Amino acid sequence: MTPLVQVKNVSQHFGSMCALDDVSLNIAPESYTVLLGPSGSGKTTLLSILGGFLQPSAGQVLIKGEDCTSMAPAKRPTTTVFQDYALFPHMTVGGNVGFGLRMRGVGSAERDKRAQEVLKLVGLPEASGKKPHQLSGGQRQRVALARALVVEPSVLLLDEPLGALDLKLRRQMQEELKAIQKRVGTAFVHVTHDQEEAMALADHCVVMSQGRIEDEGPAERVYSRPSSRFSATFMGESTIFSGRIVARDEIETVFGRWHLTTAATGGTAVSLAIRPEHVVIGTQPLSLGKAAITDVVFQGSFKRVTAKPEKDAAMTLLARLPADSGVQPGDVMDFACDPRHVLVLTR
Amino acid sequence: MTMRSGIRLASIIYAILIYGFIFLPVATLVLFSFQATLFPIPPFTGPSLRRYQAVLSDDRLTSALTNSLFVAVISSAMATLLGFLAAWGFARFRVPASAVLRGLITLPLTVSYLIIGMGLLVLFNGLGFPKSLTAAGIGHVVINLPLCFAILYSQMGEHQANIERAARDLGAREWQVLLLVTAPMLWPALFASFFLSMTFSWDEFVISFLLTRFDTTLPVEIWNLLRSGLNPKTNAIGSLVFLVSIAFVFLFELALFRKPRS
Repeated sequence: MTPLVQVKNVSQHFGSMCALDDVSLNIAPESYTVLLGPSGSGKTTLLSILGGFLQPSAGQVLIKGEDCTSMAPAKRPTTTVFQDYALFPHMTVGGNVGFGLRMRGVGSAERDKRAQEVLKLVGLPEASGKKPHQLSGGQRQRVALARALVVEPSVLLLDEPLGALDLKLRRQMQEELKAIQKRVGTAFVHVTHDQEEAMALADHCVVMSQGRIEDEGPAERVYSRPSSRFSATFMGESTIFSGRIVARDEIETVFGRWHLTTAATGGTAVSLAIRPEHVVIGTQPLSLGKAAITDVVFQGSFKRVTAKPEKDAAMTLLARLPADSGVQPGDVMDFACDPRHVLVLTR
Repeated sequence: MTMRSGIRLASIIYAILIYGFIFLPVATLVLFSFQATLFPIPPFTGPSLRRYQAVLSDDRLTSALTNSLFVAVISSAMATLLGFLAAWGFARFRVPASAVLRGLITLPLTVSYLIIGMGLLVLFNGLGFPKSLTAAGIGHVVINLPLCFAILYSQMGEHQANIERAARDLGAREWQVLLLVTAPMLWPALFASFFLSMTFSWDEFVISFLLTRFDTTLPVEIWNLLRSGLNPKTNAIGSLVFLVSIAFVFLFELALFRKPRS
């Protein structure tokens, strides 16, 4: 499948600050792509370049095979849902949603009809005559989405669209966003720093850090097999410690010499990561030795346990134990994990 | 306790004195505009509307009044338009030496009207541009533009820049952004600039005096009237001027400080 959007070796400098460093990315048609990263990772800069609000210092952006690098936002087949929604405060909701069609010379009857259809799609069929200040945050968000969708863009860009909403509403809007995306078939590119949001939404998850793409792929793969230490820590929690490859598939760790399959060659220093759900109580199959439990947080369906291994007291071992396990802070227990679930990270 | 009430009494008296100092001349002016006899001096002999009648049947005064309104409306509209475009330019584009240039735009606020009027007089003489209401109107644009610029520039924030960006993103051309998004968002500030300019243009004397000849504005005509001595007619026209100024200020306040509906 030919990519809908091709970002080729894009760099962006602001003075001496390098916001994007030689980034290349392909976006497939009808996909939901999430750009995930901490603030300052360059994800919003990349979105602005896709939307045409910034011209990259170097590199190219192709949309549907056409070079859009220095094309104005109005001319591109993209529209943006802004973080602060940026609704036109003096127009009604109908006026806001119809604005893009009005700019394209669509007659007012046709405009109203299409605006109404999209408002229905986003779940606001009654709002057309209201002014933006009469709506709640979640409703404004929907209007911004409708306004951007009504002109049928090839790519819809969303800049932290759920950032201003409370947690419950955010989770609900996530589901709706995904459903709307599947329904209209437009490619969505969504910027967020919330990894749960990324995992819930992304077909294609792009983890960014310091102006570079750290890792990209299906969200499940990025979580279960992160390609770097950064993406392992940013996508979910883990226990991280260092190791050294001493022979083929032999890694020296504080917990002893482990036999793990890895492509890395002898002598290399690596990081090892274990997800908390893969840590169990016991000594088999791969012992992590005894550890003193420092904290237990009951989270409903599980207990989140923090412990200090006796082998290395500076390390923090994270485990997700069954909700009915009777562990207490201060307990010293044997912990273990499955070698299949130990992540060997060379970066 | 007595100490505190003493202070309170003193501050009330102080306030009365201050407001009396400010408003007594105006109150006297308005009161004696209703004088029935020839001279606007005590004792008060009215009330009578004959001075107002005299003013409104005086062709010179009524035409001066129309001229003043005309100059005020046109010059204020120009000053608001130019101030709006300048503010938008400075707020939305990277202008080299922006701070210096913004300072230069607002500088005329600190220059006396006499100097501005004389400068324009010399300039227009050199250009062969005749003394006229148009010349006075240009003078009023010069004095009001900095004010309009300052008001409008202060109202243009980053949030609005994002709204303009959204309009561009949806396909609006630059003039459409200005006309359909930026200006409507700034309506209150635009109205405020316009009415404040109207207020200043309406009772501006020096520039109009220097730059007009036969057709002139109301303040200049009143000055002509005063040269022939005190006359209740001057009180009546003065009261009218005051009334109109109050109306402009009221509209200005209404535009600027009206609470947004929520």
